[in-house]
Amino acid sequence: MTTATKKSLVVLGAGTAGTMVANKLRHRLNKTDWTITVVDKTDIHDYQPGYLFIPFGMNTPEQIRKTKHAYIGDGVDLVLAEVDRVDPEARSVALTDGRSLAYDYLVIASGTSPRPDQTPGMLGDEWHRSVGEFYTYDGAVALRDQLSAFTGGRLVVHITELPFKCPVAPLEFTFLADDYLRSRGLRDKTEIVFVTPLDGAFTKPVASKELGHILKERNVTVETDFMIESIDQERKVLVSYDEREVHYDQLVTIPLNMGADFVARSGLGDDLNYVPVDKHTMQSTEHPEIFALGDASNIPTSKAGSVAHFSVEIFVENFMELIAGKPMTHSFDGHANCFVESGGGKALLLDFNYDTEPLTGTFPLPKVGPMTLLKESRANHVGKLAFRHIYWNMLLPGRPLGLPPHMSMSGKIPADA
Amino acid sequence: MPTTTIAGTQVEVNEEGFLSNPDDWNETLGTEFARLIGVEMSEEHWRLVKFLREDYKSQGETPTLRRVSTQLGLPVKQLFTMFPGKPAKKMSYVAGVPKPKGCV
Repeated sequence: MTTATKKSLVVLGAGTAGTMVANKLRHRLNKTDWTITVVDKTDIHDYQPGYLFIPFGMNTPEQIRKTKHAYIGDGVDLVLAEVDRVDPEARSVALTDGRSLAYDYLVIASGTSPRPDQTPGMLGDEWHRSVGEFYTYDGAVALRDQLSAFTGGRLVVHITELPFKCPVAPLEFTFLADDYLRSRGLRDKTEIVFVTPLDGAFTKPVASKELGHILKERNVTVETDFMIESIDQERKVLVSYDEREVHYDQLVTIPLNMGADFVARSGLGDDLNYVPVDKHTMQSTEHPEIFALGDASNIPTSKAGSVAHFSVEIFVENFMELIAGKPMTHSFDGHANCFVESGGGKALLLDFNYDTEPLTGTFPLPKVGPMTLLKESRANHVGKLAFRHIYWNMLLPGRPLGLPPHMSMSGKIPADA
Repeated sequence: MPTTTIAGTQVEVNEEGFLSNPDDWNETLGTEFARLIGVEMSEEHWRLVKFLREDYKSQGETPTLRRVSTQLGLPVKQLFTMFPGKPAKKMSYVAGVPKPKGCV
């Protein structure tokens, strides 16, 4: 077979989902028949869950930053370039440097990004100072310095709008901040306020109740139904559309999240640049040869690494069926599995999918655990910290973790809402 | 499912008082739902409610405030004036569609 007749899979984005999918399919697709090309604008791969720990000195910046190419397997071409647009009719991807890549199948795995430019007054002289954030490497490092210089006052943790990446992270940040300030003898001098557009602490009613309790125990004030209109950096206030004001001394905001701009330029996105897909197969509703994996799609579950991981496993099986001319028989159930750091060396674990609210019980083994669902424990915290090693050494290379992608009800008990 | 009598018709509603079945909706119910939350329906209110119902039908979910704002060209601030306090919840209540999930 000549190169000209080779089929081409192009993956846009070499983050968690893109790297996993390229590596997994490289093992499954014959090299004489298929090329796999991954495009990303940078060679930096951050372990994003580690951003949460940087402000508190629980992870060092070096621990969470690696190169992308080191994790892309042999036989996969990594192209470092920015995507200009996708032409779904011509089945080609135009890069901003003038090159173009033809594809037979395209995976959009370009994720979601914080967009502080979308809220008036968020960017400005105080950005990454009194207006902090921890969803980027630079932001997390700057916030570490801000917190170490903090001497008390009003610490406000703020969510702009949903959906955003890792929906439990703002709560975890709040719990860890409570701990951190206590250990520095500053908790009595600090009022912690949690500001959310939701009507409770979290999106899922059962978890919202459990997490709401913990916030109360930690003496955190919750300001609900707060839809931000702007930030006044001079007066240090958040202003909502219904004209409420929340004052801060140190703000930690989660800016609006949006999918990649090239998705919008290509006419492939919804209002927030997410690719509309079938929620069970991640196949584009418009173009059957396009799939969106990880945070880039509009599937109605958490934008989280666990979802990327589980959905990639389903996609790989379906893809092998698709190219063999068979119907796709695997269906993703929206399974998310999230550790929630609650401070004091403990964590909760949430397990849910499209149809099931978070459950109580044990994970991953029925009745044995060692981790407990929806309840604080030390084992969960240890599990969360250990996951960084699993991520670099097993998950990205595409090695099986032995966790089934579908949610199991075994050993789990529905909690009362 | 509880039922309630609104404008002389018996309808099924959920525990928050939202219409259980969007197909049960009609303009008389819409007007009554609005009255119950102290909103007087203007032409602009009806345009919005109709968009919400059409979009729910075609997309399978209730549009977010952002989507309503961009699709109808109405500033978010105005949505807060038309349905004070919690516009997303109030406008879906009046339109007889489920409250927007926000997300997960």
